[in-house]
Parts: sequence; structure tokens; C-alpha cells
Amino acid sequence: MLIKKYFPPTWLAKTFIHLASLLPLANLYWLAYFDELGGDPVKEVIHFTGIGALNLLLLSLILTPLAKVLKQGKLIQLRRVIGLYAFFYGLLHILNFLFFEVQFDFSLFIDEIFDRPYITVGMTALLILTALAVTSIGFIRRKMGRNWQKLHNLTYLAGALVVIHFFWSVKSELTSPLMYIAFFLFLLYLRKDKFRRWIK
Amino acid sequence: MLIKSPVKSALKENEVTDESVYNGRRSLLKSMGFIGAGTLLSNSIATSANAEGFGLFSSDEAKEFERTPLKYTPANVGESSDVLTPESKVISHNNFYEFGTNKSDPVNNSQGFKVEPWSLKISGEVNKPFTLDYDDLFNKYAIEERIYRLRCVEAWSMVVPWLGFSLADIIKQADPTSKAKYVAFETLDDPKQMPGQRSRRIGGGIDFPYVEGLRIDEAMNPLTFMSVGLYGKTLAPQNGAPIRLVVPWKYGFKSIKSIVSIKLVEKMPPTTWNILGPSEYGFYANVNPDVSHPRWSQASERRITGGGLFARNRIETLPFNGYSEEVAHMYKDMDLRKYY
Repeated sequence: MLIKKYFPPTWLAKTFIHLASLLPLANLYWLAYFDELGGDPVKEVIHFTGIGALNLLLLSLILTPLAKVLKQGKLIQLRRVIGLYAFFYGLLHILNFLFFEVQFDFSLFIDEIFDRPYITVGMTALLILTALAVTSIGFIRRKMGRNWQKLHNLTYLAGALVVIHFFWSVKSELTSPLMYIAFFLFLLYLRKDKFRRWIK
Repeated sequence: MLIKSPVKSALKENEVTDESVYNGRRSLLKSMGFIGAGTLLSNSIATSANAEGFGLFSSDEAKEFERTPLKYTPANVGESSDVLTPESKVISHNNFYEFGTNKSDPVNNSQGFKVEPWSLKISGEVNKPFTLDYDDLFNKYAIEERIYRLRCVEAWSMVVPWLGFSLADIIKQADPTSKAKYVAFETLDDPKQMPGQRSRRIGGGIDFPYVEGLRIDEAMNPLTFMSVGLYGKTLAPQNGAPIRLVVPWKYGFKSIKSIVSIKLVEKMPPTTWNILGPSEYGFYANVNPDVSHPRWSQASERRITGGGLFARNRIETLPFNGYSEEVAHMYKDMDLRKYY
């Protein structure tokens, strides 16, 4: 197949992913630092990293069905790096909130996490992603054996929590979060055989 | 700590950055965002440019609305220790869903907005209804400057030097009847000019026109202000040109923009955000650090000034946004938890 023939080598694809993930961040923080990111750079860095984490997470989830459709197994190899960037963006998202929004007011930070359901939901997703990121290290993965896959199936739960978190966080502009929810449901539909196996 | 030291240099840098560089950088970010993973499928920063803004040449390039200098009595500075929010931020960080829901949408989508001719109708329970045209807004009443804190319900705030006159001036002229218990305000309804009114997606699902209201004693309070300008010039469209309300002790959404109708009424009028989320936004909407928004704390706020990402700008929110002395008496017998 054409696509097979011209698919870039994995190292090139990975290099692209590194650049596409890191350059926007460098640009973002550069502009924010020099106050050139609109009226409120804090909101911008929080939203950018949050949306970025969601995009990357969904991207990591679509790779498996995409690999099947395109008959392109190499795509599977990219899941790990994209998933790790999803975690990284998510981590930056909450750190932005702590550093720049509540500005190290730890009691406010803790209160907000527990008192605001949408933040609790988002934080839960980040804890899941943390567990997935830690267990993506080679020797831990090998040690976990079959449990590794069980744990990493939680990525779907994380995805669900993140789209709910987004939906819940907006004031009234629901279109964008609803589109994400629709896309996420579509992803679940693509993996329906997998979920059927779980139920059995 | 690593984080604190750069604050001063960041401020300096900001002051020497001119507008063209500022716009150029934002366009660069937008285009990079589209290439990068950060904005795949996304609406984040990039949507501020809407459909036409994908590339380097975004809607930022639209001709800027022309603001005219106004003659006014300057505010008595010295009584306030608040640092003004830079003009560039006051005119670029706005909530005005008629032009889109992102903070940068209003400035990007409103520069062609027509304010002349304008017609502001004062009607309802009054003996002398009348209409103000565009020139009346600037000539009928003595224009003064007032420096007010503006506290958004989203927990950010600004300090703005407004120009205008007291709402009471208008209401007195109309000679209210004894039935006038409330004042109802309405924003221009013009989907042709306001993309948010054309599309529920752009307008955040609000039923337009935007409506707001005050109790008559709130409307007559000397603090309640009709603004026709800021920073020495007429208002930009994104700030609610040509005339808007400013109620400094209430959350920003009460301060309705681009007003075409002021109607004195007997019953409490409907208000837009209260219709949209009654449990989150009340009719009174007085700034109150003790009553949280259901989804975030109102105890503190971030004051938008210069300084970029590392500005340490979180401050305590004050009851009635610091205007208790002037306004608290109006609510002395009310349970402010119930009437939020």
C-alpha cells in the first residue's frame, strides 16, 4: 500500500511529535512571560495546556483504531510518547493553576480541588495519567506483566473525566466541549469490540 | 526563588513593546498553535481569530475603531492607591458575548461596529420619556472621570478610568412615577453587526438581546455610572460603545454594554445571566467574598495589571468590591446569601 511505503520512519515521526508538543509550549511561556499573550496571560496558559492535554490524550486514543484502518502497525509505537505528552500538558495545566492562578496559596489550592467538582474530576484524571506515565517506564512495564494492560485501559476513564471536566468548567459556551464529548464517544464506538470483551 | 526575580524586567519589557510587535507575536502564536499538538482540533487561543484568522494575517489586521478624545473633569486621584490596568489590556480583555466568548473575540470582531447614529430610549414608568441620540450622549451631561475597580464574576479584576455621568442624571430628567421600582436595561439587538447574536455557537448560547436590571435605589446611587469613554477617549466597541453601565460594587456582568433602552418598571426585570444560570448568577450580584460561585471561590481575585505571567497579582476580594461605605446601607436588612 502506498501509505505503508511512504510512512515516515518512527524516529522521524517521534521527532515531529517532540517538536509539535514542545515548541508551542516554549512559545506560550515566552509570550506569557513578556505579557504579550492578551489581557490575562494566566488564563491563556491554563487553557492552552488544558486543551493541549485533552487533544494529545484523544490523539493517543485514536492511534490504535487508525493503525487498524490504515494497516499501519508503526502508529502503535507512537502511543507512548503522545500519551506521555498528554500527561505532561496535564501536569503543566494544574501547575499553572497553582503557580499563576492561586499563586501558591496552598489552602486555596486544596480547597478548590475538593470543593469544586469539575476540578476534582480533572484532578482524578491527572492522577490516572500519572499512574500511566510512571508505569510506562520499560522495566516497570515488564514487571507488571498482564496487569499493565489492565491498568492502561484506565486511559479511557481518564479521557471521559477530562471531557467532563472541560464541559463542566465553561460558563455557557457549550459547543466546543460538546464537540469533544461527541468525538470521545466516537472513539469509544471505534473500540466497541474491546469493551465487549471486557464485559464478557 | 527562581520565580520571583524576573518580575521587574518583565514589566520593563512590556512597556517598550509596541503594538505591532504585540499583534505579530499573537499571530505567530496562533499559527504555531495550529501546527502544534497544543491546539489540534482545538478552540483555545486560536479561535480568537475565528475562521478568517488561521494564518499570520488574522482579523487583528482589521482597521481599528477610532476613539475620539473627550473633554472631562479629571478624577481626584490620590484618594485611591489602586494601580490602573493598562489601557491596552482594558481594550483587549473583554467579556462581550455579542462578539464571541473568548476574551480576545470582542476586540477582534467589533472594530467595524457602527455607533453613529445611536438611539438610547428612556421610557416606562416616567412622566417625561425621552431619547438620546449619539451627540446627546457626549453633550447633554457634564462628563467626569471616575476611577473604579471592576470585579468580574470570573475572579479577575481591573481598575479603569471611566468617563461619563451618573445614571441618576438621566433618571431624574425622565421624572419617574411612584410605580418606578426597578430599572431595566437592554443592549442593542443587531445580529448583522454582532456575530454572537447570529450564531449560538459564537454567542455562547445566550438569548439576545442582553438584558440587565437594577433596583431603583441602586440605579439612583451616586456611584452608578453611565460611561461613554475610558482613558480620555470615547469607548471602543469591545468596551460597550457608545454608552454602557458601570456598577462598581457588582460583578461585571451587571454593567451592561451598548445600551439602547433604559426602562423604569414596577417589577423586577429579567436579567440575562440569571436566566442562564439562576443558581450561579443572582439579580443582585453584589461582589461578596463570603458567597462563592458554585464552581469557584470569590474570596480573592487576580488584579489584571502589567507584568506578565509572573505578576503576583492575587488580592483579597472586598465586600461590595470595596464600596461598602457608599452602598452597604441599601442591603442592610437583606440576607446576602439568599439574594446573591
